Amino acid sequence: MTKKDKTGIIGYGVYIPRFRIKVEEIARIWGQPGEAVKKGLGVLEKSIPDMDEDTITISVEASRNAIKMANTNPDDIEAVYVGSESHPYAVKPTATIVAEANRITPVTTAADLEFACKAGTAGIQMCLGMVKSNQIKVGLAIGADCSQGRPSDALEYTASAGACALLIGNENVIATIDHTESYTTDTPDFWRREGATYPSHGGRFTGEPAYFRHVISAAKSIMKHTNTSPDDFDYVVFHEPNSKFPLATAKMLGFPKEKVEPSLTVKYIGNTYSASSMIGLAAVLDIIKPDDRILMVSYGSGSGSDAFIFTITDEIEKHRGLVPTVQNYLDHKQYLDYAFYTKHRGKIKIH
Amino acid sequence: MKEIAVVGVGNTKIGEWYDISLRELTDEAISKAIQSANIDPKEIGGTFVGSMSSGIFNQQEHLAALVGPHSGINAPAVRVENACASGGSALRVAMMAINAGFYDTALVVGVEKMTDLIDIGDVTTALGTAADGEWELGVGATFPALYALIMRAHMHKYGSTLEEFASVSVKNHKNGSLNPDAQFRKVVTMETVMNSRMIAEPVRLFDCSPVSDGAAAVILTAKDGAKKYTDDPIYIKGSGAGTDHIALHMRESLTSMQATKRAAETAFKMAKITPKDIDFIEVHDCFTVAEVITLEDLGFCKVGKGGKFSLDGETALNSTISVNPSGGLKSKGHPVGATGIYQVIEIFHQLRNEAGKRQVSKNDIGVTQNIGGSGASCVINVFSRGA
Amino acid sequence: MSVPRTWRNRRALYSLEGSKCQKCGKYYFPGRTRCLDCNTSGLENHNFSGTGKVATYSWVYTPPKGFNNRIPYCLAIVELDEGPKLTTQLVAVEEGDVEIGMPVEFSFRKISSEGDEGVITYGFKFRPKNYPNHLKKK
Repeated sequence: MTKKDKTGIIGYGVYIPRFRIKVEEIARIWGQPGEAVKKGLGVLEKSIPDMDEDTITISVEASRNAIKMANTNPDDIEAVYVGSESHPYAVKPTATIVAEANRITPVTTAADLEFACKAGTAGIQMCLGMVKSNQIKVGLAIGADCSQGRPSDALEYTASAGACALLIGNENVIATIDHTESYTTDTPDFWRREGATYPSHGGRFTGEPAYFRHVISAAKSIMKHTNTSPDDFDYVVFHEPNSKFPLATAKMLGFPKEKVEPSLTVKYIGNTYSASSMIGLAAVLDIIKPDDRILMVSYGSGSGSDAFIFTITDEIEKHRGLVPTVQNYLDHKQYLDYAFYTKHRGKIKIH
Repeated sequence: MKEIAVVGVGNTKIGEWYDISLRELTDEAISKAIQSANIDPKEIGGTFVGSMSSGIFNQQEHLAALVGPHSGINAPAVRVENACASGGSALRVAMMAINAGFYDTALVVGVEKMTDLIDIGDVTTALGTAADGEWELGVGATFPALYALIMRAHMHKYGSTLEEFASVSVKNHKNGSLNPDAQFRKVVTMETVMNSRMIAEPVRLFDCSPVSDGAAAVILTAKDGAKKYTDDPIYIKGSGAGTDHIALHMRESLTSMQATKRAAETAFKMAKITPKDIDFIEVHDCFTVAEVITLEDLGFCKVGKGGKFSLDGETALNSTISVNPSGGLKSKGHPVGATGIYQVIEIFHQLRNEAGKRQVSKNDIGVTQNIGGSGASCVINVFSRGA
Repeated sequence: MSVPRTWRNRRALYSLEGSKCQKCGKYYFPGRTRCLDCNTSGLENHNFSGTGKVATYSWVYTPPKGFNNRIPYCLAIVELDEGPKLTTQLVAVEEGDVEIGMPVEFSFRKISSEGDEGVITYGFKFRPKNYPNHLKKK
């Protein structure tokens, strides 16, 4: 395999805001049994952005890390896609700011993507296609969200903030993308109408016909088409709306929980939506060895799953220690109570 | 330079004058100045108006045309803007006009009507326009914060203390309690100052000058004709101005103001004096640290010791040097564009022994120092009775 | 805040673009075209490394319009490693964390916003150097 033969990840970076709120603290406000909620979700706490952070700022931070790790010349990046369901502007791209802040402009394409929690992985596929077809040299795909849950709604326990940026290229690849495919149907399990502050969801309908059906179908399909089985993968990463769903999915597909647990950052930061499966992937990339293989399946409500198979190269060792790891961001945290949480999330109107 | 005399002065009391308009303020000051000089308004050759932000505070630009004619003075009028040094700068422009031979006599008015804005955020932003709009105000700087940056740097570099800075406020309030035109005529204690509300740490409320309304006017004339208007004119013996980068972070020092040093060098040389010759001075204590740094920059004490100099009482009324006998900006009030003219009026009264309870005993040479922004502009003038 | 004004400054705000005199080596932030020291014209753009140290700071309790969502916030003058100073906010710090001489680095944040419907200004703020590992012992 020559250097140019394979396309894949040449650098990755994450950013997780430093503030956290514990699940029990949210439960306390709404008269719910905190311990039971925590156990049911498999989530201890979730991340909260600072008052001057949003999807754009955390996308910039994550992409700065990715570029630093890859040591890429920004001029070589010719596509920037930011997937999010919390773009600060309804009209006006996040991607242009990310591109400008990283000196990628002006010779680049840039666009915002939205597909609930899988908009980031959609960006990976778009970059992959453009690099493989020699349209561009390097593409930047970002999944980022500062998600909002309606107060007292079940989503409030998990809707959190984080970003992950992947650089897709074909030189100095640290993880090849061996295959990708998607599974998509029209399944309205979660939505937010134009102008609405908070998303709505279909309760238990978000489970079996939505998350599980799409993730499992995509996983089975990609393994079938690549003639692989759970034994061929050292790690598996799923979208992490909570710990329960990915653990159950692993079990149903026949993956031991040891293969999925390293990706489960959701326990400590909650559901980072478009960044969720990508931060899970980054957490695995932080600890993985060359030649290991990863199966990743994202999930976006609406609904769809993107499945990927990655193989790690020796190159990864050269890029370690250059930027903060997922664990580094998990470790640096400050807790907020519910009052400060509402202030940070703009739920108190002061203007 | 042709020597110039101040032959009449007038001002409003400083305060929060919600029921008095901008033009009513200037009219009161001008009327008093005309009366003081006993001058026929027709003899005024030109009007110079110093104001920092009438556009933002009162939605009124083209201020000179409002001010002069409203008071029945139809001489050519122009506004001079140099932030909080607008008053001092207007005075200098008037001096230049007289020296250039355009006019024999000029009216200089300083005014700021700040309380038309009632939201403190709006006032903070309006004053903030005296800083670098893009690279200071635009990133969250305020004036108290800029002076807090200076104060912190001073404390770090020289070990100056909060108590030293507080002593400036206490002394100025004491002087101001004796000034019937002052906004705050109340003596305050060290405890009051040091426990007052935090504005921009380490700057507290009582380190700051207030938001004020006020207008002040002086009539200048060439020395030769001065006695026509008054038996006791005072003379401008030296005048200097200094300018530095508008942004604090662009300047050579965070703890010293080059604009003050440059202005002083010119003014003192012209007046043929040294700091030792100065009996009393009105300095620009918009924040307590500004007075401390000015004491150092003007050479009244060692660099870094301005605070101690103040705490030791060396700047009190009739001590080593009387600093801000009027009460300064802190107690007398700080209608920004008018401040430079109020300072001149204080000198006028002190030199003529008209300052009542706050009269300084040694009063041969008085000086004004008027700062614009966080130290980007400075005007210094030296006055005495003798021509 | 004027849209053209912040747009014009976007590279300085977003990634600390300034300039450097090729002749005498002096750096400028924000950038300029003529060197004030040696009068050389046509200075080239320079991207600052984004690291520096705190020259002085204050915790602001009375902010200007549009900055009142976080009180107090830390305003500082930072001296960049290349020499120029700039005024900025420090983030990821609480009162008591900041001291003169503290090493800091570039951070990308929202600076101001014109209400809920106006344009958002983004740009540099600074945070402790080696964030988020700044508290770990070397």
